[in-house]
Amino acid sequence: MSEALALVPKAEAKQSMKDFKSDQEVRWCPGCGDYAVLAAVQSFMPELELARENVVFVSGIGCSSRFPYYMNTYGMHSIHGRAPAIATGLAASRRDLSVWVVTGDGDALSIGGNHLIHALRRNVNLKILLFNNRIYGLTKGQYSPTSEVGKITKSTPMGSLDAPFNPVSLALGAEATFVARTIDSDRKHLQGVLRAAAAHPGTALVEIYQNCNIFNDGAFDALKERDTAQDALIHLEHGQPIRFGAPAPDGLGSKGVVRNAATGDLEVLDLAAEGADASRVLVHDAHAASPTTAFALSRLADADTLHRTPIGVLRDVIRPVYDTDMAEQLDQAVVQQGQGDLAKLLAGNDTWTVAG
Amino acid sequence: MTSQVSSPTTPEDPSSVAGVLGEQRKPAKETRRLDRVIIRFAGDSGDGMQLTGDRFTSETASFGNDLSTLPNFPAEIRAPAGTLPGVSSFQLHFADHDILTPGDAPNVLVAMNPAALKANLGDLPRGAEIIVNTDEFTKRAMQKVGYSANPLEDGSLEAYAVHPVPLTTLTLEALKDSGLARKDAERAKNMFALGLLSWMYHRPTDGTETFLRKKFAKKPEIAEANVAAYRAGWNFGETTEDFAVSYEVQPATSAFPAGTYRNISGNLALAYGLITAGQQTGLPLFLGSYPITPASDILHELSRHKNFGVRTFQAEDEIAAIGAALGAAFGGSLAVTTTSGPGVALKSETIGLAVSLELPLLVVDIQRGGPSTGLPTKTEQADLLQAMYGRNGEAPVPIVAPATPAECFTAALEAARIATVYRTPVFLLSDGYLANGSEPWRIPELDELPDLPVHFATVPNHTADDGSEAFWPYLRDPETLARPWAVPGTPGLEHRIGGIEKQDGTGNISYDPANHDFMVRTRQAKIDGIEVPDVVVDDPEGQARTLVLGWGSTYGPITAAVRRIRREGGHVAQAHLRHLNPFPKNLGEVLRGYDRVLVPEMNLGQLAHLLRAKYLVDARSYTQVTGLPFKAEQLAQAIVKESADV
Ligand code: SF4
Repeated sequence: MSEALALVPKAEAKQSMKDFKSDQEVRWCPGCGDYAVLAAVQSFMPELELARENVVFVSGIGCSSRFPYYMNTYGMHSIHGRAPAIATGLAASRRDLSVWVVTGDGDALSIGGNHLIHALRRNVNLKILLFNNRIYGLTKGQYSPTSEVGKITKSTPMGSLDAPFNPVSLALGAEATFVARTIDSDRKHLQGVLRAAAAHPGTALVEIYQNCNIFNDGAFDALKERDTAQDALIHLEHGQPIRFGAPAPDGLGSKGVVRNAATGDLEVLDLAAEGADASRVLVHDAHAASPTTAFALSRLADADTLHRTPIGVLRDVIRPVYDTDMAEQLDQAVVQQGQGDLAKLLAGNDTWTVAG
Repeated sequence: MTSQVSSPTTPEDPSSVAGVLGEQRKPAKETRRLDRVIIRFAGDSGDGMQLTGDRFTSETASFGNDLSTLPNFPAEIRAPAGTLPGVSSFQLHFADHDILTPGDAPNVLVAMNPAALKANLGDLPRGAEIIVNTDEFTKRAMQKVGYSANPLEDGSLEAYAVHPVPLTTLTLEALKDSGLARKDAERAKNMFALGLLSWMYHRPTDGTETFLRKKFAKKPEIAEANVAAYRAGWNFGETTEDFAVSYEVQPATSAFPAGTYRNISGNLALAYGLITAGQQTGLPLFLGSYPITPASDILHELSRHKNFGVRTFQAEDEIAAIGAALGAAFGGSLAVTTTSGPGVALKSETIGLAVSLELPLLVVDIQRGGPSTGLPTKTEQADLLQAMYGRNGEAPVPIVAPATPAECFTAALEAARIATVYRTPVFLLSDGYLANGSEPWRIPELDELPDLPVHFATVPNHTADDGSEAFWPYLRDPETLARPWAVPGTPGLEHRIGGIEKQDGTGNISYDPANHDFMVRTRQAKIDGIEVPDVVVDDPEGQARTLVLGWGSTYGPITAAVRRIRREGGHVAQAHLRHLNPFPKNLGEVLRGYDRVLVPEMNLGQLAHLLRAKYLVDARSYTQVTGLPFKAEQLAQAIVKESADV
């Protein structure tokens, strides 16, 4: 098992999905994408072989934030936007725990934006699952910080005015060491990303496109439907050329992502076009030290139609982990100053004695 | 009460004069004995007055006087030089007997420039001594603060004993061979002043010399220059004719119970109290904090003691600071967040969550002048109602409040006791005056410290009808009403908690009306039922009809005022609250035992408001919100006036 989970005790017996289901009735709307994510997580957890009591799910407020109630682990359903901060304190003080944060686009990017970016730059051992449905569900349908411009909702009858965040771009800009994107309906892909996130030492951000069938139904259909998906989705795999679209004769996609030599930016090359040079297509490097290319990849997507949306692990690099370093400082302090001696501390250096 | 009581004593043996390295130096001139002295050092924010005051305090503490200090500085790090708002001062009261306050009015003012003179003159009683740095009394500097004529020459200071000393020139002269640039040499003038005052009051000098060498260990030439300036100041006192007399203040041996003592400020005592609470509970200490005046020193101090297993986390904001602390509490740490009033406002929602989660959490509020940014470096006690009520819903939080700087130590232990026994967030309300002020503290023996054992839940606590075992996170201890604290990592006790209303016992989400009513009342009953010591009334003759009741840092001034009244034959009872929620059980009875209850507070009557609401007594307020502590004399007059018609 990776360094990320090295200190977390292992389960004594083999676990199944059932072990991770709590006795609470799941109360999302029928058809909500959250069900698929919950099932994917519950069936993935046994794979980690961790002692269940050492797994903690912490959430904020929003539909997805009910998630911890349904996991038969330790859990906290906290307050709006604050889960990354709360989880930071827990993870930093308990390195024997596997701590997961469940949050949504409003929770993580609006009211809790500050905590999210600081958790990412700090690189605490947290796995953040950001359920992005591009709408406020629990408060019944206002636009969110990831909604497309012009979104008609109850609070924006004439259309929303503000430009959305691209969570992956934001995370990369916030010095995140692990950034990935996946989709609620693709369990295999979702679990693959979870696997990579769990193995990552430090903070991992996983954006999960999640359908809210009540207030924003079909938001991700372009990425899900067979006829559009192959042109809309860019599957990223480390070490593989970045190709998508209808298959070319070599079996890979007929479009490739290449670097524009003049601007340095990325663009899509139609490999079927005459004279197109397939060798120009970039090979995805999730471990690249610089986040520049990952960022450029995240910008390929059209915010409105989601066409050319990269999914998979965009970035996965090693940087010192906050809680590891924090623990090391405590050890170092003992080496330098000796084990804390309370009597000595209280006495200090300047004392005087009054005789009885 | 500002006069110095003096009596001539035999001059010291002249052979023990200055200049001997590393020896206790004694002045050779005539000495007089005083029972107490109040000194105020005042200068520009850049003049090092706080350091000078701190050093004089350490010298005084190691000499064994009782003492009390009042630092007073601007919020700006370097306010414009030479201006009135830029004046920084440090007042120290020391005595051969037990004292309670930094003193109303200084006997001695050290004024490093015209601004310092002007800003502080109004506080001086007639006859006070003023030591001024004449070098700074240039036309421009005087004009800057509105002196049209030189106050040192126009007779306006006739009522005082003025000692004009060219401090800058003398310092430069003393350091002329040091090789330091003029600017660097000049900066040692505060040590010259300290040397002079140390001579005047027979302070031990070794400590300061050791301190300077350690402080400037990396720049030995600066260290030696400061030591040289310090000694030059001492020698100047000894040789110049302007200072004919020096003063002795005997150690306050009889004022103190036997023991080993040190000087301690409120924030330091609080930090030590937190570390001690960690040791006594056996829990790792976790501090989540965001820098804010006047609380940051606690963060700094705790950050230096990682060898006690203390984790300090400087968060991205106040909300994250308490959030991280609450997360650590869930994981089984003794969790603390430290802040001041504006930070409490930001933390309110998380405090509410902690109330709902019923997890132990210490919220330390070092109060400062408000509202909003208010007066960051000045003191006030106007966050009482915020601590009491400043949350949505019914969210009761216990409140403890130390009365003196040293008491911040025990207050931290008490807050930790309540938090861990009752599984609740607890407010600790200190203030800027306690935080930065200092006094002698009898260092406790380790076996005197309270045991604060904490027991985590380890086994299921509920058996279902079918015989299966379960863990119910909200099944309470029948006595304390506290819920079990089961930390992650404990097998079989996996559970989920949250801010949504919970079903009694199981902790499952519940929107049931009767259950909510029950839970709200139960959370309140838990806090109301917290065991706190009775309030003790000090009424030596038993004849008083007026009770003066205070809380927090007003203890010193109130006690000093009450003593004055009693010395003059008056009768007044005094009581001081260390627990503001819940109140001591005997408080109602105590209040009803007096014809008049007077409540002095550095706010507009917040405690009085609570007392009136809870006990239906006609508690009267006496309030001041100047950003400074009460003065004992003025308080004594107010108490006499208020009790005139009872
Ligand atoms: S409102 Fe939307 S996101 Fe919330 S539970 Fe219903 S479908 Fe899911």
